[in-house]
Amino acid sequence: MDTVFWSARQSAAWKTKIGLAEMLKGGVIMDVTNAAQAKIAEEAGAVAVMALERVPADIRAQGGVARMSDPKMIKEIQDTVSIPVMAKCRIGHFVEARILEALGIDFIDESEVLTPADDKYHVYKHDFVSPFVCGCRDLGEALRRIGEGAAMIRTKGEPGTGDVVEAVKHMRAVVDGIARLTRLPDQELMTAAKELGAPFELVYEIAKTGKLPVPNFSAGGIATPADAALMMQLGAESVFVGSGIFKSGDPARRAKAIVGAVVNYRDPKVLAELSEDLGEPMVGIGISQLGENDKMAVRGW
Amino acid sequence: MVASPDRRAGGKVGVLALQGDYAAHIAALRQAGAEAFEIRTRAELERADRVVIPGGESTVMGSLLQRFNFLDAFRDRILAGMPVFGTCAGLILLAADIEGRRQPGLGVMDITVQRNAYGTQVDSFRAPLATSVPGVREIEGVFIRAPKVTRVGPGVEVLASLGGSPVLVREGSILGATFHPELVPGALIHQWFLAFPVEPRKVT
Repeated sequence: MDTVFWSARQSAAWKTKIGLAEMLKGGVIMDVTNAAQAKIAEEAGAVAVMALERVPADIRAQGGVARMSDPKMIKEIQDTVSIPVMAKCRIGHFVEARILEALGIDFIDESEVLTPADDKYHVYKHDFVSPFVCGCRDLGEALRRIGEGAAMIRTKGEPGTGDVVEAVKHMRAVVDGIARLTRLPDQELMTAAKELGAPFELVYEIAKTGKLPVPNFSAGGIATPADAALMMQLGAESVFVGSGIFKSGDPARRAKAIVGAVVNYRDPKVLAELSEDLGEPMVGIGISQLGENDKMAVRGW
Repeated sequence: MVASPDRRAGGKVGVLALQGDYAAHIAALRQAGAEAFEIRTRAELERADRVVIPGGESTVMGSLLQRFNFLDAFRDRILAGMPVFGTCAGLILLAADIEGRRQPGLGVMDITVQRNAYGTQVDSFRAPLATSVPGVREIEGVFIRAPKVTRVGPGVEVLASLGGSPVLVREGSILGATFHPELVPGALIHQWFLAFPVEPRKVT
């Protein structure tokens, strides 16, 4: 067996992509829908912004097909902030991805929040200069996306709900999946790869290194500083906050508090101070009130 | 002066861990034989003999230093001669001037930088760099949304350049890189930094 790991054999470009993901660690990536919100996010200490037309909570409420955002709006946000700007394309929609790349987007999110454009295949991400982040619910899904060229993984959670339970479930699934692989003898790794639906070489690498070859962030349902700290303690390296900020009563204050919570995620005293007097959180929807057809996290193959 | 034999290279090395690729720096420092730890508070800063400021977002690190009340204490330590090494965003925090903007920073190094000078992530790149660092003739430069150094003061030594722009600069006990030595194997620049003596700076 070749002992040079899969990730060590990737192109220099793939490593530069992961380099940016490394720079975003220990931070908060915030969903914003216009330049004014982007400015608020940057001033609150966001490490990057995600430019999109509607936050997941509104996509949920309004229904219809959710697509890539208008490039005009994305460009306005790029012109407003100095931090990285991310944007979403639909699952499998490689033309939307090419458009985002042409706009010089810093990270493309091939996202289940938008309506999938392909019900079988994701974008082949190795072909792009722009790095991609993709969602996952478990280790197998994470490794399929990395195999396709994703330079960052985020656990999906359930976007637009303000309910953190799915984010917790998916993060635990990934972390437990990694721990399980490290305990398996080599003989069992091929069957593990089959069961995970994941590339064998990546399964082998995870079994030996005990970690993903790309950073793993958390998304989908984070609404409070405590939620953000919880995800960090469970193994997230950064958090995405979507609807949780601009659907709350005092976005600037809440954004700042969540940034502080990610830095001090192990310090309950600081977290107590940060959680004080933040105004109304987003109202949210409990997962149990959501029908199976309403779940975004199940999108992804 | 004889160093005690069990003393690790460079003493206690703190890595500012408010945000960014601090874990990569800690791994590089440990590879270079140092005792490295994370700094998130002023008290942790006080325990460090020297400090590394990682890559990441300079606006975030600057505002958090201010918010958690140790920007001034950090600046005072550097001005008193504590060795400090900043990469990318870390270098931006060290710079006296940033072209076209004002943002919270340490402002201790006599250079001007331009943020995101090469463009967005699609313009990030790798390039071999010739250096005049003792024993390090060439190093691979990883440039990620990198800044450019557009002016260096008379006391600043340029140790490597790319396309006419300085990419590795030193002013006394302050070292800065526009690229990411922590992301390539070898930890050669870290090793060199660990040998920087603590030297008092003239406050002008």
